[in-house]
Amino acid sequence: MSPPRAPPRLAVFKLASCDGCQLTLLDCENELLEVTRHLEIADFREASSAVIEGPYDVALVEGSVTTEEDRRRIQEIRASSSNLVTIGACATAGGIQALRNFADVEEFRRNIYPSPEYIRVLATSTPVRDHVPVDVELRGCPISKHQLLELISALLTHRAPDLPHDSVCVECKRRGNVCVLVARGTPCLGPVTQAGCGAVCPAFDRGCYGCFGPQGTPNAPSMTHRLHELGMSRAEVSRVFRTFNAASPEFRRASEGEEREGESA
Amino acid sequence: MPLPSAGPPWVLDRKDLGLLLASLRSSGYRVIGPRVRDGAILYDEVKEEGELPIGWRDRQEAGTYRLQRSEDLRVFDFHLGPQGWKPYLFPPHHLLWTARKDGGTFRVESGATTDGGPLAFLGVRACELAALRVSERVFEGGVPDPTFRDRRATLLIVAVECSSSAPTCFCPSMRTGPEVTQGFDIVLRELFSPWGHRFLIEAGTDRGRELLQPLPLRAAAEEDLADLEAQRHRVREGIHRALPVEEARGVILANLEHPRWEEVGRRCLACANCTMVCPTCFCSTTEEVPSLSGEETQRYRRWDSCFGLGFTQLHASSVRSSIPSRYRQWMSHKLATWWDQFGSSGCVGCGRCITWCPVGIDLTEEFAALRTKAASTGSRAGGVPA
Repeated sequence: MSPPRAPPRLAVFKLASCDGCQLTLLDCENELLEVTRHLEIADFREASSAVIEGPYDVALVEGSVTTEEDRRRIQEIRASSSNLVTIGACATAGGIQALRNFADVEEFRRNIYPSPEYIRVLATSTPVRDHVPVDVELRGCPISKHQLLELISALLTHRAPDLPHDSVCVECKRRGNVCVLVARGTPCLGPVTQAGCGAVCPAFDRGCYGCFGPQGTPNAPSMTHRLHELGMSRAEVSRVFRTFNAASPEFRRASEGEEREGESA
Repeated sequence: MPLPSAGPPWVLDRKDLGLLLASLRSSGYRVIGPRVRDGAILYDEVKEEGELPIGWRDRQEAGTYRLQRSEDLRVFDFHLGPQGWKPYLFPPHHLLWTARKDGGTFRVESGATTDGGPLAFLGVRACELAALRVSERVFEGGVPDPTFRDRRATLLIVAVECSSSAPTCFCPSMRTGPEVTQGFDIVLRELFSPWGHRFLIEAGTDRGRELLQPLPLRAAAEEDLADLEAQRHRVREGIHRALPVEEARGVILANLEHPRWEEVGRRCLACANCTMVCPTCFCSTTEEVPSLSGEETQRYRRWDSCFGLGFTQLHASSVRSSIPSRYRQWMSHKLATWWDQFGSSGCVGCGRCITWCPVGIDLTEEFAALRTKAASTGSRAGGVPA
């Protein structure tokens, strides 16, 4: 990231998404006033209708590209932002709406909507980086408040943000959680998923759902093998890889492989 | 009453175990010991005897751990749990210092090295005592780590000798157990037989002897010692995994290009669980948490792992980008180059890395694969350096 001028001007944009990630900025309740002292929040329509025109020092972009309009807008956002930060599983991997990438959108359009002629969408949901260069990605569904503040802090001090590519297991162990996969046989995607959430699900006896997408070097084939040993069918394994990060390359390969094997079996 | 001597051992009745706990606590120790939590036996603060895992045991295999009720009410009839004593001496996330702007300069204030008074570890097994000795060389061998040093300096160790073994144990071949022979203030050996449920108890230090003073002890009789001998025999008989410590360094260093590394790399998840549960893995990284105002910054130390992609990140990319290269790094450091760095094996044979590997990779099996297919062992490097 190139160092921004002070006080940096921040804008928040959304494409196809649920708004949960940009709400994380508002969730920084105790830190929010401090944030606004150091950043000029120029365009954040979830919070205020007052809008300051670009260019911006940093744009936080949530959501995936699912329409021609998105495709055009992301080019405009890129052109008006020195630093483009994508936030959340939609913007970094295509989101849950990328399930369409495995199906026929035209069929959905005809069968579901009473007036399909009003629905104009692309056949795929794609991450922002497929369309424009991205400076930093914050993973998660939703993103972590801690990582968002770390990003803002890094931006203000002109340093690289600390966003480890480790597995969720590392956070689980630091937190003192007992491994739900080993001690309970609960299917858990923690070993192939990137840290950042603070291992919140295993802390409550749930397996990891993979919200933060693939870790730095995910070994999805070995994970898949283990999930089978824990009793999951090929269809079930395919489904656990097809959630918020279904279209991330490693998770996509895993789910497609299971689907193929399931069909040929 | 004179202090109990170093030997022959004394006997503490099962019903009086609570008095030992009370003696530790009234002497100012925060007692950390085994407790049942979240389907496992973890080390946590113990205030009352009833909090100990009485009548619980575990079933362990590679990649599997299950807690279950045992048939009797033995207190220490379980094996190693998901985490050792490491977090108490080398915390997973720990404030090292805070720096604040002060006019044209800044002030640095050290973080607290301890979190309260002295600790007493209750239930340290032989392999864990060995791990503690390894950690002392790591953290105190050169420039001492203040956090480890301060916590270790006031630490009291109540060891418990294993009265059974888990299938994942391999301490005999690592020469670290299962008998407790050194490094304790007090050691308990739980005996459960027709002669009764009791503990052989022995002090290893003056501090330990003082703590035994208020306890109602009797001198061990012949049947107590016979029970112990039979129990020790049973424990050793039950251990089937092995990784011969004398051979480890030579075999590893002679097989750094072995095809097994690629093979294990296909199974390894690079999730880092083995390093997180290893009682001797000590890698950490630092994180900087500056306030948004830039007036203050906090530096933390957090556990890190050689299995992470970022561990060898230089300016452009990671040195060990492949999973096989990371598994080889971990295993060869643990079993071989640790000798060159610290003068001992880094492995103590506790088997935690085997149980807590989500895909059940077995260090002893990987070693055996390297050894049996080894073209030659010791051609490029000898065994354990003198």
